[in-house]
Amino acid sequence: MTEQQTGVNPQEPPRSPSRSIGIGRLLIAVYGVLALAATGRSFVQIVSRFDEAPLAYSLSALAAVVYVLATIALTAPSARWYRVAWITIGFEMLGVLVVGTLSLVDPALFQHATVWSVFGSGYLFIPLVLPVLGMWWLYTHRPDTHRPATHRPAARRAS
Amino acid sequence: MIEWFSWLQLAIAVPAGVLCVVLGLLGRKPTDLTMGATLLVELLLLAQLVVALVAPLVGNEATGSLLEFYTYLISAILLPVAAGFWALIERSRWSTVILGVACLSVAVMIYRMVQIWTVQGV
Repeated sequence: MTEQQTGVNPQEPPRSPSRSIGIGRLLIAVYGVLALAATGRSFVQIVSRFDEAPLAYSLSALAAVVYVLATIALTAPSARWYRVAWITIGFEMLGVLVVGTLSLVDPALFQHATVWSVFGSGYLFIPLVLPVLGMWWLYTHRPDTHRPATHRPAARRAS
Repeated sequence: MIEWFSWLQLAIAVPAGVLCVVLGLLGRKPTDLTMGATLLVELLLLAQLVVALVAPLVGNEATGSLLEFYTYLISAILLPVAAGFWALIERSRWSTVILGVACLSVAVMIYRMVQIWTVQGV
């Protein structure tokens, strides 16, 4: 590692209340991947065999939309999007817990895989872990309503 | 889909992903090494697309759903590109980690693609 990398880089955005800095970037990226995965799967399910399990596949589509919304909400700095982030991530938590439990207790109900079946085991349990991390992130990065977005690093637009 | 080529892809995508994640967590900004590794993963995916398009013409048909296969393949092709642009725009350690996450996600998707192509109905 060179000195350049260990030293303070003036281009590095300052620590700010924005939710999309530092490790939050990683959270957004992983949410993006999951949104893509859920959208892709639900697209295939609905196009090729929607009649087989309208309930499970509608749920897949809903989950996909919520993941996309959550990804956007995490990148957007406003207080309104902060609320949307809580709602969507809370919905995911609820979804993965309810559908995960039901898929184990009554497998007949969810014969067709959704992103949340068996607590997201088809997705390395990422759907189960991610909302927890997301809520922790939101809790520790509450928007400062008195000082709205004074430090918006230009790089935020990158997402 | 040529099976050995897919395993080669996995053998490159997984180490590339691990390398980027580790270097990113160590605080490295995206470098030629990490960007190059991601680019290699992307090029192999494009080669895979050509293979997938040509293979059925020479009698190597997919056993599973082609729609599902191509949804995975197209999504996989988009991932390193998105992560790469992210790394170009924002040169932070987390961009390196994100390159790694993209490579590892691609690896999982290639594995699923192999299953779809070779094992009917999985």
